[in-house]
Amino acid sequence: MNSTLSFTLNGMRREVAIDDPRITLLDLLRERLDLTGTKKGCDRGQCGACTVLLNGRRVNACLTLALSCDDAEVLTIEGLSEGDHLHPVQAAFIEHDGFQCGFCTPGQIMSAVGLIQEGQAGDDPERVREGMSGNLCRCGAYAGITAAVLEAQAQLHRQTQGEAA
Amino acid sequence: MNRFDYLRPASVAEAISAGRKPGSAYLAAGTNLLDLMKGGVARPALLIDITRLPGLDGIEVLPNGGMRVGALVRNSDLAYHPVFSKRHPAVAEALLSGASAQLRNAATVAGNLLQRTRCAYFYDTASACNKREPGAGCDARDGENHLHAVLGWSPECIATHPSDFCVPLVALDASVEIEGPTGSRVVPLDSFHRLPGSEPQLETVLSPGELVVALHLPASAAGYAAHSRYLKVRERTSYAFAVVSAAASLRLEGGVVSEARLALGGVALKPWRARAAEQVLAGRACDEAAFAEAAEVALADAKPSGDNAFKIELARRILVRALGLAAAGTPDRMPALPGSVFAQPEGLALHA
Amino acid sequence: MPETAPVHIRQGSSIGQPLTRREALLKVTGRARYAADNHPPGMLYAVVAASSIARGRVASLDVTAAKSHPGVAEVMTPANAPKLAQDPDEKANPFTFRLDLLQNDRVRYANQAIAVVIAETLEAATEGALLLRPTYETEPAHVVFASATPFVPPSVGVGDQPKASRGDVESGLTGAEKRVDATYETAAQYHNAMEPHAIVAQWDGDRLVIDTPSQGMAMAQSRIAGLFGIDQADIHIRSPFLGGGFGSKGLISGPQVLGIMAARLVNRPVKLVLRREQMYGPVGHRAATRQSFRIGAKADGTLTALDHHTVTASSSFDDFFEPSGGVSHTLYATPALSTTYEAVRLDMGTPLFMRAPGEASGSVALEGAIDEMAESCGLDPLEFRLKNYAEVEPLTGKPFSSKALRDCYVQGAKRFGWASRPLAPRSMRDPAGLLVGWGMGTATFPALMFQAEARAELRADGTGTVDIGAHDMGQGAWTALAQIAADGVGLPLDRITFNMGTSDLPNAGIAGGSAHTATAGSAIHNAGASVIAALAALATNDERSPLFGAGNTGVLARDGRLMRRDDESRGESYSDILNRAGRHSVEGKGQAAPNPGTQQSYAMHAHGAVFAEVKVDPTLGQIRVTRLVGAFAAGRVINPRMVESQYYGGMIWGISFALHEQAITDARSGRITNANLAEYHVPVNADVPSVEAILVDEHDPHVNALGIKGVGEIGVTGTAGAIANAVWHATGHRARKTPITLDTLIR
Repeated sequence: MNSTLSFTLNGMRREVAIDDPRITLLDLLRERLDLTGTKKGCDRGQCGACTVLLNGRRVNACLTLALSCDDAEVLTIEGLSEGDHLHPVQAAFIEHDGFQCGFCTPGQIMSAVGLIQEGQAGDDPERVREGMSGNLCRCGAYAGITAAVLEAQAQLHRQTQGEAA
Repeated sequence: MNRFDYLRPASVAEAISAGRKPGSAYLAAGTNLLDLMKGGVARPALLIDITRLPGLDGIEVLPNGGMRVGALVRNSDLAYHPVFSKRHPAVAEALLSGASAQLRNAATVAGNLLQRTRCAYFYDTASACNKREPGAGCDARDGENHLHAVLGWSPECIATHPSDFCVPLVALDASVEIEGPTGSRVVPLDSFHRLPGSEPQLETVLSPGELVVALHLPASAAGYAAHSRYLKVRERTSYAFAVVSAAASLRLEGGVVSEARLALGGVALKPWRARAAEQVLAGRACDEAAFAEAAEVALADAKPSGDNAFKIELARRILVRALGLAAAGTPDRMPALPGSVFAQPEGLALHA
Repeated sequence: MPETAPVHIRQGSSIGQPLTRREALLKVTGRARYAADNHPPGMLYAVVAASSIARGRVASLDVTAAKSHPGVAEVMTPANAPKLAQDPDEKANPFTFRLDLLQNDRVRYANQAIAVVIAETLEAATEGALLLRPTYETEPAHVVFASATPFVPPSVGVGDQPKASRGDVESGLTGAEKRVDATYETAAQYHNAMEPHAIVAQWDGDRLVIDTPSQGMAMAQSRIAGLFGIDQADIHIRSPFLGGGFGSKGLISGPQVLGIMAARLVNRPVKLVLRREQMYGPVGHRAATRQSFRIGAKADGTLTALDHHTVTASSSFDDFFEPSGGVSHTLYATPALSTTYEAVRLDMGTPLFMRAPGEASGSVALEGAIDEMAESCGLDPLEFRLKNYAEVEPLTGKPFSSKALRDCYVQGAKRFGWASRPLAPRSMRDPAGLLVGWGMGTATFPALMFQAEARAELRADGTGTVDIGAHDMGQGAWTALAQIAADGVGLPLDRITFNMGTSDLPNAGIAGGSAHTATAGSAIHNAGASVIAALAALATNDERSPLFGAGNTGVLARDGRLMRRDDESRGESYSDILNRAGRHSVEGKGQAAPNPGTQQSYAMHAHGAVFAEVKVDPTLGQIRVTRLVGAFAAGRVINPRMVESQYYGGMIWGISFALHEQAITDARSGRITNANLAEYHVPVNADVPSVEAILVDEHDPHVNALGIKGVGEIGVTGTAGAIANAVWHATGHRARKTPITLDTLIR
């Protein structure tokens, strides 16, 4: 079976030949498109390391069939920063030491970007913690992660207001 | 994962036509199906990707006052839908207490209804499981079963249904709209899932090819909006399946229960409606004694299926608590930790 | 440790700075390349097929079915697996563990590799493994800890005695006015680093290049060299980043070696990544323990005897015995002390070091038992611990090289608000009616040193390079060691190149035992001393230098300049010295090793005090740790930001130990029923609402030249016990089994 997957990946229109229907979005990114920033921690939707934005929403790439992403927009960690200009979430993760080994970090950051876009957590740390609970961190960087998400969100809000003004 | 054919039908009719073939499976988000396929538990020959089918992603209030929710509506979209969440706050709370934000963003309404059990022996293909392989036996019976069923189980299967969403739905008389080869039908959610009996491989009333297209909530369900809660006890604060859970919805008139709707989760192979307990509460004052009596009645037929007798007492207690929370009133805003014992209003007396 | 004579002093401002991680940009942009991110041309995918029985032999594999699956290139089984130069069951030393490498058809535990399928795609290899459909000759398996026959192990941990004592425990117990006799149980746990064990292996003749996460590249080289009969120098390991290790990547595991064998079999590069569920068996775990205490005290709370007996488990075929008794040797003053061990053998993968091996399991039990004694004496738990404060190490009578534990108690208690704690359990509620409890525990971990080497170079352009084959599994080696390196050569951080993470660099020893910063850091420090000495020699022997003749006085190296120690106005830049000497660069080497003299004279440990608040639902039993405050003293702090994170991580492991982690094994099949991250629970973000770490000042002149103790593991200790004690304080129920689950609180 050969199909062509047309989708937008990190802002670029891509046509990818899919020779095997079993390929997940995660394995497509990692093994065929050399986008290895997205990590595989469990491959079963239980750890969040593979979190990407699919049509603007955070999902587990390991449980997403690549073929079902036809016409979709996918944003991965590689597409988040503009050159060396970090996204505020990335910068805040560094400042608050929101990681140690770094393996869950791309997933944490994409999840945080998704959480902020969802706009349900507000500035309540407890809601941020709940909203980030789909991303396991075995090193235990949760305190820094929560602080980073709150700070980045505040900064993004200030930016948005600045642009509106 | 086995190789399979992949089909993306353009219409419901085309989907159903393909879905009648043995070995076919409908694919929506895939959050449960792909997991099962990776474990070798499901090995479909044909995946029918229904995510592009038109008309299955709407949330609407019907002329009769009920709500119709398309099968492909994502869990998070439903939970945050302004009309739906106001009318059915316990359903929204249940949705948000389940899985993770990532999974809720992907998983669909129908997929949630159709998710399979988390029984370890069902997932472990080296174990005997009547549900996976009829007649093979049930390794859970004498195995690790402290989270297994205490209601409605059979010697053939002691698994539980893992959904949070279905628990308040079944309490509120939700029904399932199904399209199939022979036309459409609407089945009450309470009859949609089967108890295991001697054929635990049959999990729902769906026939080959039948496709869930929508979920319905009757107009009456919205009458409980002011006193509706979902509560879920789990082994970590978030991102965990329920040990037991409960949905409680009340209509109160002058401090007296005029009608109650109760259901339990994590106790049986289907979301467990507690009708007899509802009857106990009708006309009773909102007090702990009435709640306790209702809980007794709700669990009257419960029996351990293994090392899990604690779940019976826990189910009684969570019903009492959920009733207390419902009586206290639906909070104005979704709790920070939906369905959690750690996000409850101050001042609600907890005894013991 | 003596510096290279004559004494030159180096000063820098990097050590002590809370720098952000130097590799942070790579990690937040997804550009940090972990082992499984590599994809050399022509690479094939290898997937392990794992045993579903715990004991017996493989009777058949449907290799034909697997091979006929499109894309499958080869199936490696005992029939065609490369023969090894050395029996993988041969034990060269206690650090060599037996590996299952398809050299025969025996099955010794569930999840053991029984074949490897190699294919053009990951999808094909994964399905190929499923299609093997093994049949077995199954033998009855023994996996139930409680029902196996115990014996006394020859040693515990790595080479520790299974029996240690001081004083007369029996008479101490007989004479006691208060007695606590209690048995504590801890569950089997699996490391579950977020990064599964992975390897990309490429052979070029007898030369081997591998990308694989390693906490000990030199030991891995040695093990691989032995197994394949090749020269250690022909093995190149790249391990720039580990996605967590926690001990499970300290020694190369069987599946990693299988990846190397697969690459040899097909003569192409191969990538093998363990599936999450396959990590429950072949890559180590923390064994379950049952620890019995007999403790005696006078009525005023003074301990008279402490007897700590541990029963633990190893595999049927190898030895690693969780050394839980060690904490009792060091923590509380008692005139009589005894630790003993028994063990059982089970048909499971061999246990291994897992973050605070022995200390974590021993601590949760000891802190519980000590809390019981405090309760029995009617004393506040902190007061009781202060009353029995060990001024010298209880087992050996040695003085401590440093011990700021009293400061930890004081600062931690103050920050937490411990003074207002009611003595009686079940006496606090929150506004919502949840039970609230406060508990504490003492943290401790030995300050260890291993062996390491490092190399430093200073160049005429005013820059420098420091090389060491160190490992960063998240603890911050890229940053902290670079800080030590910069100060070690007297340059600002931005003027040095710091290389680590590959095996062609000087051997940094193992990143374990919380000793990597101390060990690798000392080697770097000494390499710096050596290169500065070489540079100083050039200057002080050169008449044209302002430093001429200052050799006996010694020089001071700072910010790229050498100056006379007695007159800082007389000095010159490194560049001037090297340029005048016509040298492009100057090199130095340094080593680190434990100092037998100080080890003989002192007990060397880090300490801490952890205070926990829990809330418990009074009827539903669900538990949440709402507040954790830890105060730790671990000698010199190289980078407070990273040290704080290490403490947080350890404390969260404490939450996990107390409330979450346990592998559940089916007694019949020997398979772990929750071998996944949905049901093998580790804490999620919502489980950690508040965690604070206080870095208590401590100067230690003995542990090593830099005064560094370890911080990676101590946070687990103390914390789990503090939480369990807080659960008692909240509920009145003394949980002697971890993890504490809600069903035990509602019964």
